[in-house]
Amino acid sequence: MIEIVMWICGIMLGLASIACVIRVAKGPSILDRVLALDVMLLIISVALCLEMIYNKHTDFLLFVVAACTLGFIGSVTVSRYVSDQRNA
Amino acid sequence: MEVFLDILVAVLLILGCLMSLIAGIGLLTFPDMLTRMHAATKPQVLGFLLIFIGLAIHLRSWAVIPVLALAWGMQLLTAPVSAHMIGRSGYRTKHAAKDSLYADELKLVVDKVSSMPATGVIEVPEEEKK
Repeated sequence: MIEIVMWICGIMLGLASIACVIRVAKGPSILDRVLALDVMLLIISVALCLEMIYNKHTDFLLFVVAACTLGFIGSVTVSRYVSDQRNA
Repeated sequence: MEVFLDILVAVLLILGCLMSLIAGIGLLTFPDMLTRMHAATKPQVLGFLLIFIGLAIHLRSWAVIPVLALAWGMQLLTAPVSAHMIGRSGYRTKHAAKDSLYADELKLVVDKVSSMPATGVIEVPEEEKK
């Protein structure tokens, strides 16, 4: 049964990451791109959790914790330095 | 009991991945930045909660629960921070479509700050310094 669940979850995560990549390519502003990449990192973390479930180990737990803890720094940094240069 | 737990794990995993899919669809189809921000930052927390509960149940281990709780708590703390910063700079730089807003309470403050007299030097407004 776990095989079927993995297929369903994998297809859903794949579609979600394709949507994120399209948004990164299309996104009108840099903030849209940062947002999409943020979601992409979370999708990768979820995929690591799925891999841990499939193979019954806990090797990637630290990476998941690190991604949850530090993942927001990228978007905060970029959005801090996005400014309207004409009015500066 | 084992079969029941396996079915529970399956349901939790599928719901958790569905949250990621919803975030992706929202990112792709919503029209402007503020709605996309809503779609991207809301389902993270619930999706991660479901996935983490599924992981802990599937591993049948109490030892991973503190680590997962730490990860989830950090997610809960940091998701609003990044959403706030992105929304803030989006509002300031005209990336957000302000025509679609029904109420704009921040406009008063921003207008007041930006209408302050210029003093020759490039002066950073008070709230920009933080």
